[in-house]
Amino acid sequence: MLPRDLKAESFAAYPPDAKALILSHLDVVRELPLAFVPSLLRQVMEYDYSFPVERSAIESELKILESLSAAQRHDWFGDFTGISLSSALENSDWINSPAQFVEQESAYLWSTHQLDAFRKAATQYGDRLENEAQPHPPAMQRMGFAVVGQGVAEYRDPLFRNLRKHGTWFSQVNSNGALQTILSEVEERARSRPTAYGHWYVDGSAPIACGSGITCVSYERLGGMRTSLLKRMQAAIARPGMGPEELRTLLARMTPADLGMENASDPVLSRFQLKLFTEGSGTQIYSTIFAQWTAREVLRRAQALTLLVRYAPRQRQRPMNELLSGKRREPEVDPTGSLVDAEMGAYYQWIDQQRLPGAEQSAFIAWFEGHGDAVAIGPSMPRGAESHSPVEMRKLISLVST
Amino acid sequence: MMPHSLSSREVARRVSCSRRDFLRGAAGLALGSAISQASPLLRAESIRKKRKVVVVTFGGGARDQETFAPEGQENIPRMLNELAPQSSFFTHVSNEGILGHYVATASLATGVYETLNNFAAVAPEHPTIFEYFRKDLRRPSSDAWVVAPSNGFNRIGESQVRGFGPGLGARVILPKRLLGLANSGGTADYDHLLHDNYETPLYTPVLAGGEVELQQLESILKFSVDDFASHARTLSSPDELSLYIAKRLMREEAPSLLWITMHDIDVAHSGAYSLYIEGIRRTDRLCAELWKAIETEPEYAGNTTMFVLPDFGRDSDLDAGGNGFQHHRTGDAASRTTWMMVLGAGVRHGVVYNDPVQSIDLVPTIGGMLGFSPSQSRGELIRELA
Repeated sequence: MLPRDLKAESFAAYPPDAKALILSHLDVVRELPLAFVPSLLRQVMEYDYSFPVERSAIESELKILESLSAAQRHDWFGDFTGISLSSALENSDWINSPAQFVEQESAYLWSTHQLDAFRKAATQYGDRLENEAQPHPPAMQRMGFAVVGQGVAEYRDPLFRNLRKHGTWFSQVNSNGALQTILSEVEERARSRPTAYGHWYVDGSAPIACGSGITCVSYERLGGMRTSLLKRMQAAIARPGMGPEELRTLLARMTPADLGMENASDPVLSRFQLKLFTEGSGTQIYSTIFAQWTAREVLRRAQALTLLVRYAPRQRQRPMNELLSGKRREPEVDPTGSLVDAEMGAYYQWIDQQRLPGAEQSAFIAWFEGHGDAVAIGPSMPRGAESHSPVEMRKLISLVST
Repeated sequence: MMPHSLSSREVARRVSCSRRDFLRGAAGLALGSAISQASPLLRAESIRKKRKVVVVTFGGGARDQETFAPEGQENIPRMLNELAPQSSFFTHVSNEGILGHYVATASLATGVYETLNNFAAVAPEHPTIFEYFRKDLRRPSSDAWVVAPSNGFNRIGESQVRGFGPGLGARVILPKRLLGLANSGGTADYDHLLHDNYETPLYTPVLAGGEVELQQLESILKFSVDDFASHARTLSSPDELSLYIAKRLMREEAPSLLWITMHDIDVAHSGAYSLYIEGIRRTDRLCAELWKAIETEPEYAGNTTMFVLPDFGRDSDLDAGGNGFQHHRTGDAASRTTWMMVLGAGVRHGVVYNDPVQSIDLVPTIGGMLGFSPSQSRGELIRELA
């Protein structure tokens, strides 16, 4: 089946809002190439469970596509049309399983050496869309916090090396009450500019109590979901014929109800949390990658105005000789390794934040919890500078704020 | 906003330049293009029969910034200080194929960008270097060996191509699998240890057999199953086990063509940066130990060329399609561009070559060194080496 054959009844299985949305733009979707359409449908299919920013983005994208003339459409999608796809892909159920199609399409593009051409077409499309879309500056200065190194008493290597060149490194931040100061700032921002899914707190362990208006996701609170998911994965792997692709398909189809979360009070958030584990790699096992990946998805999908990520020690990886000993031990944590993980995670959080509108004005603070090291990045902060004077966290926040 | 993005080609060029500059600065190496004399390999015809080649894939995809770029130098002290000064170093090796470890290793071994299923235990679609080597030079099966990390590499030794194929390839040894067989019925925590690879940590292709492999331990490697299992308990990682097996092979079989695939670094897929760095540092140490073994093993000392190269890189921190070091999925310049270190017999010391080469050039280059013709390879001879 090709996009030109799409009919209203093709979308019978779509959630209600998604179905209404796609049907109102069906004419233009029929004109688009197969190499592109399933990627679009993948977003549409999640429309009912999307964050407000995502819903606006997909609505805007469809409107822009509809506004293109035939010549413009040809210009925008010529490279996608040039991608050759197999008949197996054409005949697959890409309408109802667009995510699986995209997975298989990716493998096919790799194997036929068309990945670079697809990559070029996708990049060009993204650039054009960005140029056409009305820019939406954030409702307030975007601010990110990364708190790393929980449980590390001493660390001698230089910290935040990737971030220092983009801001100012402080070596004597007063750590007393600093975490509470950060949390209070997050709460104040949520109070002053209430926005659905606009202010987030991600914790690699158990969260500190925080005020309303903040969306809180924590590794510990999702322990039940993780355990349940891992059990299902192990059971699936044991089945004959189960390979990595089948496993990915199984994970992609999973819903919160499958893991006993059918009564979740916030279906958007519970779907988001599920995807942290079904789409993330390592998030089921290590709290540090859970925190980093969650931050990435919060910024990419919800375009958070405020994001506090607090890393916690992850479980230690046991070396081979210890595994071979057969001795079961209580799980141990690796605070120093987790600090190294989190340092990189903080850098990625800043990169992800800088991809969003208003990046020139955004602010970011990474802090070594319980210690004096911090990097502050903001429009008025000197780059590559150092300060070795005592400073309070409150002062640091005011320095990066515009 | 992010700095203006560079084209893939420009990123690749900058990446290469940073490696070259660093190497030249730190190790006092010379630029290869400035050297015009003929390769010392040209006079090596008389020793070809004794010539040996060891290929090490620098396990599981590593980026420049954690290896030879200035900020990565602390992770590879042994290669930098001990091996680089006596090596020819190629700063710009690109892999234009599929960036999965088995298929990429198969491409390295055939000299053709293979398109097989990365997660299935299937044979390469083109003749391997081992088949060319054994067929052209009439070598026995004991003269070509592969030491590989996981079940998925079981078929890497030979293709099924007419005129080549079964019986003409390399013997493959999978140390982790041997360990599993040797300890079957034990109490060890194999769920964690024996997961097949880090790309799909929960999936292991099923292999038949087992008894024959255990017999290899005693008949070829000359140690008992118990000794093997005991020694494994002193090692901290699967790659250490691979090195241990490789050294036993060198001592007992002395193959002329030995291929070792390291894999610890690919723990990066778990997303733990510290474990990825730990893997690089371990692999750095293991490469130095392997070279030391080559230099001290009578069958290898003085007549062996060792190639060390990652099968590919990993995604850039700045590519929005990936998640930085964690994976190698975007196909961006950072994931496709890497390096190669060549040292030992017939190789110029302390020379840096900045011209681009491809990973599939490895097979014809080794063919030029050892004297076989990889007729179906699509790579080109690296003239600076052969």
